Amino acid sequence: MFKAKVLIKRRPSILDPQGKAVEKGAFHLGLTNIKDTRIGKYIEFTVDTTDRESAEKEVNEYCNKLLANPIMEDYEFTLENAK
Amino acid sequence: MKSKFGVVVFPGSNCDHDAYYSLKKIMKADVTFLWHKDRDLQDSKVIILPGGFAYGDYLRCGAIARFSPIMNSVIEFANKGGIVFGICNGFQVLLEAGLLPGVMIRNKSLQFAGKDIYVSVKNKNTIFTKEINTDQPLKIPVAHGEGNYFADDDTLKSLQDNNQIVFQYSSKDGKFGDEFNPNGSILDIAGIINKNGNVLGMMPHPERVCDPVLRNTDGQMIFGSILSSVN
Repeated sequence: MFKAKVLIKRRPSILDPQGKAVEKGAFHLGLTNIKDTRIGKYIEFTVDTTDRESAEKEVNEYCNKLLANPIMEDYEFTLENAK
Repeated sequence: MKSKFGVVVFPGSNCDHDAYYSLKKIMKADVTFLWHKDRDLQDSKVIILPGGFAYGDYLRCGAIARFSPIMNSVIEFANKGGIVFGICNGFQVLLEAGLLPGVMIRNKSLQFAGKDIYVSVKNKNTIFTKEINTDQPLKIPVAHGEGNYFADDDTLKSLQDNNQIVFQYSSKDGKFGDEFNPNGSILDIAGIINKNGNVLGMMPHPERVCDPVLRNTDGQMIFGSILSSVN
């Protein structure tokens, strides 16, 4: 069994209105050095197989077809052995 | 025999009854609901993907609805040339399903936009717009938090080259500008059609402006166009 940790980031070319609004909050907190806030997603799950290659294949398919929208998002993931 | 409209009901759809009511009671069309777990389109000639918050808009708007069993049939139907009309959340589902190009992101203002707006009709030579008998922009309400349409430059160029931009946000008298665009969508896009001309997605809600009791019937021109195309 593997533990998958997926990070989904919005492509740099895509506007992130949420990140911009949150950054306004930083300004109001007096945190004037905070710049370029971008908000993504972190998703974790387990993959019930002992074969790393097939686990990677399944995670890629999950990311490409559902978790991320490849038109506007990039993803990366790690797979750790889990008991 | 009248051609039948099928209104898909996802868990979280909330404009399905508005679409049903406007088609049945106002447009006098034959309509049926299609449950998202079914696969049978029940001989519908036109499929409506209604507004709402299918699957709670979890992950991304339309991302999970796109995998409902009925969507396999809808995608197959669309690819064979069947008429599919996605309104608001339905437009988002069409984007996630890949039946229309581009993506929808959060409104630029981050606020939910719920108000009457105007759209200029940029292409009247479609199944969905051919009966629009005015040169004035249509007044139709929007109600969405994620209607900020975005696509890359190549996609936008292709949309323009093929006349696929059908509706653009504008002023009452057809002027364009940020102040008339409720969500920041690129090129003021409010609705687009696919290359084959049988799949339309739009953010504004024409089904909410059909009944004369509401004193605005601009939506009738869109549904009337579809009806005259299929009957």
